[in-house]
Order: sequence, then C-alpha cells, then structure tokens
Amino acid sequence: MPDTHFYRYDDYDRALVSERVSQFRDQVRRRLAGELTEEQFKPLRLTNGLYLQLHAYMLRIAIPYGTLSSRQLRQLAAIARKYDKGYGHFTTRQNLQLNWIRLEDAPDAVAMLAEVDMHSIQTSGNVVRNTTADHFAGAAIDEIEDPRVWCEIIRQWSTLHPEFSFLPRKFKIAVTGSPNDRAAVRVHDIGLRLWTNAERETGFEVIVGGGLGRTPMIGKTVREFLPKDELLAYLEAVLRVYNRYGRRDNLFKARIKILVHEIGVEKMREEVEAEYAATKDSGLKLAPETIEAIARQFAPPLLPHRPAIVPEVERLRLENRAFALWLKSNTAAHRLAGYRIVTASLKPAGAPPGDASSAQMEGMADIADAWSQGEIRVSHEQNLVLPHVAIESLPDVYRALETLGFAEANVGKITDIIACPGLDYCALAHARSIPVAQRISNPFAELARQQDIGDLKIKLSGCINACGHHHVGHIGILGVDKNGVELYQLSLGGDVDFGRTALGTILGPAVESDKVVEAVDALVATYLDARQTGERFVDTYRRIGAQPFKERVYGNPQ
Amino acid sequence: MEIPSELPGEHPVDQGPMLVLDNTEDVTQLGERLEGVKLIVLNFPKFTDGRAYSQARLLRERLGYTGELRAAGQVYIDQIPFMLRCGFDSFSSAQRGFAEALAKARTLFSVVYQPTGDGRATVNQLRLQHCRSVAA
Repeated sequence: MPDTHFYRYDDYDRALVSERVSQFRDQVRRRLAGELTEEQFKPLRLTNGLYLQLHAYMLRIAIPYGTLSSRQLRQLAAIARKYDKGYGHFTTRQNLQLNWIRLEDAPDAVAMLAEVDMHSIQTSGNVVRNTTADHFAGAAIDEIEDPRVWCEIIRQWSTLHPEFSFLPRKFKIAVTGSPNDRAAVRVHDIGLRLWTNAERETGFEVIVGGGLGRTPMIGKTVREFLPKDELLAYLEAVLRVYNRYGRRDNLFKARIKILVHEIGVEKMREEVEAEYAATKDSGLKLAPETIEAIARQFAPPLLPHRPAIVPEVERLRLENRAFALWLKSNTAAHRLAGYRIVTASLKPAGAPPGDASSAQMEGMADIADAWSQGEIRVSHEQNLVLPHVAIESLPDVYRALETLGFAEANVGKITDIIACPGLDYCALAHARSIPVAQRISNPFAELARQQDIGDLKIKLSGCINACGHHHVGHIGILGVDKNGVELYQLSLGGDVDFGRTALGTILGPAVESDKVVEAVDALVATYLDARQTGERFVDTYRRIGAQPFKERVYGNPQ
Repeated sequence: MEIPSELPGEHPVDQGPMLVLDNTEDVTQLGERLEGVKLIVLNFPKFTDGRAYSQARLLRERLGYTGELRAAGQVYIDQIPFMLRCGFDSFSSAQRGFAEALAKARTLFSVVYQPTGDGRATVNQLRLQHCRSVAA
C-alpha cells in the first residue's frame, strides 16, 4: 500500500481479513447449498455487512473513522461498478452502502475490499459496529489529539471479539478529540471524549447510554477521566456488564441506553467499576509501544508551508459569487494557516442525498491525489471531505468539484439535508425520505437565499429507527404511516454541534407529504422575520420558543 | 451426537459433581458450589443469546475453573471459534457436520486481537515481541 497518513495494515491485519473472507465464502456456499437455514445464516451475513433490504441485499462497507485513501476510494468505485449499479450511498456512520448486491457475489465483493485493506466486518448485527470519529480529525484547528488512533485501537479489539459477538443489540462507539464534538458522542452507546485535566494529562470522558432511534437519550458520564492506556480494559467492563444484563426479552428495549435508564447511572457506574477493578490485570492494558506504533501512523502529512493570502484566490472570490459562497460554507479552518479543509457536498439540489456514482468516486480520488495528500474523509452528514487543501489550490479544487457536481455551496445549509434511505430501499421504513429531501432542497436551491438563511440542519428519517438522526436536527422530520398515508412529523431544536447535544421537540400534528415543503418554508419565514444579528435558525428558536413557528405552520390557535 | 437432556442443578457424575447453569446465573456468586466440580454445562437457549460467553470467561479467567466446560442448547458450527476462545472445551450439538467443523475450527483464524483465557498470543503481544526484540 502506498504511504498513507493513517493506519496501515500489517500482515496480521491482512491475515485476519483474508481468513474472514474465506470463512464467509464457505458460509455463503453452505447457505446456498441448504446446509444453513436463514435463521442460522442471518447473524453470519449481518456480521459481514450483508443486510436484507426491500429489493436486494445491501452491503455495508466499513470505512473506519471515515478515512479513505484515494486507492481505496477507487476500489469502492470498482466494486460498485462490478457488483452493483455503479453508485453507492455514504451513511450517517461514515460507512458506504451498496444497495443491489447479490448473495452469490458477496464473497467476491468482500474479497475485493480485502485487496485494499478494507472489510465489511461487523457493520451490521448485534456486535460492536464501526467506531466513528470526527471527520476533520488530524486537520482541525481545535483538536486536542487525533481521535482516530483510538478508533483504530478499538476497531482491532472489537473485531471478532469472542465474548461480545452476540450482544442483546447493536453497539456503537464514537470518539471525539475536540471540544467541538463533530462525532456526536453523546448519542452513542459509548461516547469517548478526549480531554486534558488540571494535571495536564490527557484521558477519556466515558459517556454511556446515548442513542437516537425510538427512544432518544443523551448519554450519561460514567467515568469523568480514564487514563488512555486503560481504555480497552474499561470498554471490556462496560461491554461485559451490557452482555450480562442488557435486556433480551424485547428487541426494542435491548440497547444499553435502556439498561442505563432502568438501573440508573450510579448503579451502572458501580457495576462497570467493579467489573473493571476485577479485570485490571487481564492483559488489556495498552503498552506505550502499542499506542505509539499506532499513533505514529496517524502522524499528519508534512505539509509544505503555503501562503494564507493568495492573490488569485482573492481575485476569484471577488469575481465569482458562487466561489465566494463556496469558500464561506464549504471550507473550514485547518490547523495550518495556508490550508483549508474542503467539504464536497453530496447534496446537489434535487438529488438523493449522500449518493455518489463510481465516476464521481473516481473523480474524488483524483482530486485527493492532486490536492489533498491522497486522502478523503466521510462525514456523518453524508458528505465527503478533503482534509488538507492548500489555499492556493482552492480554485482548482472548486472547478474539479464543480465538474463532479459536488461544489454546491450548501454545507450546513438548508439543502444539506441528512436523510436515511427510506421507503424506497428499506423494509423498516414507514415513509419515503429521499423524494421528500429532494422536494425540500429544490425551492431553496438558490445560493444567495441559502446563505442568507444560514446554518440550518434538516435531518430526515423514514421511520422511528431514526437512521436520518432527525432527533438532533435543527429541523427534524420523521416519516410516519397513518392508515396507509405517509405523514411527516416535524420537530425543532435538536443539535449535535459545538459540543452541545439536544433532542428536538415535536412541533405539532404530522403533515401530509405535499405539505412538507410549505411547512419548512413557514419555519424559515418565521426565523427570518424574528432573527437578531448573528442568530442561526436554532438560536432564534431557542430564544423565541416554538409558539411563533407553530402558528406559522398550523395557523392561529383556536 | 447425543443430546443429554440437562436440567439445571447439580448431578453426580463419574469423576465428580457437575453443574448445569441457566444463562442468567451470576457465576461469580457460585462460591462453594464450584468445589470439586468437574463438569459445568452452560446454556445457549438461542444461539443469538450470548450470555454464556461471559459466564464461560468468568468461570475460566476470574474463578480459575479448570474442569470440563460444555456448551449446550442451540450450539452451531459457526460459533465454535468464539466458544473455544471463551473457554468451552466440549459441545452438545445435533447439527450435521459438527464434529468435522470442530476439528477445523481452531485453525480457522491464525490471528486474534483480544486476550482471553485460551492463552493465544494476541496480535499486539506478537507486535510487541517483535518491536522489543528489534530494539534489543
């Protein structure tokens, strides 16, 4: 593998992935030969990423800590072309989903993943899933430490963990290395926040029992400060308590958040600390060489000094309004003054959010090679990120993204909608989400208008499983089914930005599909009328409350 | 392979008493009941119910149990590697091909990431050995 600035597999990692592919190939063979029932086969295929949707199997490919090399992204494009319909969908957990895989092709598809040190292990099933991180990790200006080092350590520990492969339910871990939590750690089963204490030691705050879905909850702090080398021993304690005591009688009450809710955080802490104390010498303490060997691989690329002020860029900014808006909304501060972090918007107005064709993926790989150290990130808002772009290269990158259709200046804006696949793909859905997202984004497509409206996160889920994260949208939209009619429930005030986690409040009765756009329009109008200088949509909502919004959407109260 | 009809409780066996445990039992509280026991049977009421994996590890690693540890209930081929790593050394399964699969299961994966009581060197331990021997 050419040099990357993140973890590189060694022979051990490759052996494991390769042996897993062989195991899966044999399992598929036995299933097709009738030696395994679907019931016996289901967890085997789920833990290899194969999830049954409405029309076909979906393959969920792990993109650990949302980081890809250009070579890996090209291989994903090739897999999508060879075994699918030539496109993929980037998810809210930094994975890639291919929606049209055939069972008989799945082993070959995962073998192609293994060629570039990728896999689909444990991306579904009642196991520890892909550990997600901040998509600006290693580049952000506000980072204490790169969280991806820890995601990789967790990835290895959790892969084929023999004790935790049949948990009560799925288990999701997220890590942030910045006080501005871009990984939404408080709505994960375990959230880990790196911070530095008064003694100038860096350790983890361990937050347990957050989650969205049917019963959204914000995680509780079980341990304020955990020394870094004790991370795995502590995680093992939490997982063991969950494996032993998590509910198994009711699928909808089986997440760890329910356990924490039912026994209380004090009892949870007691159980975890007791378990942890008993396993202190279990061999899970991380040797400094182990941590160092992994941390070294995430060392940031040696970026040559580049000027922060570039005449060509300034000129283009003045001449080209779209470029100016794009600079403002789609680029973010890099830790080095001469660079920016660029977000490629996969939300062109009217298109299914988060999708990329094989050609677009290859295009992104080319851009990354030319201008971003060969590296791409996947955000949990279904966009792609180029982490290290020199300011003087921004015009070239902008033009290249424009050619791909990924240069819409709408990141964080109203048309940067996060939507689950919904009824068009998913057997669990009650309502369509993609067409609704497309219909919302169309009337707001005009760039100047979007910029004027400012930061506004709309998150849309097609059912109460909340894969679109609607609970933490500034405007959350939930598709429900009432007597066969698709209705959409609106909520306001959710948030996972700037270190703040809040769950939205339902605004009023669900509205019909053809009234959603009107409702969103009314919400935006209410904001524009009431806002004070510098207030985002969600700030105005917090100041004036739901009533004005309610009246605008539903009419005056009786 | 015969399926013994195990009822929870204690039964005398040739070499000593045995324990048959529900997967809801807290094995760390067994205390005296463990004394002299040569066979413990743990249960997988459904193969997707993974509580017995924790029971097995606690028995082996926390309580130092060295007798026979048997998996019963819905015991299938594809879970053998996990069961072996957690400390099971005998299996009660009606699935066709189980015995053959058991023979192959130990070598299905040449690398393991996590330490368990099975004593296999983990990837991190191997990497450390190499790293320290190079430095020496």
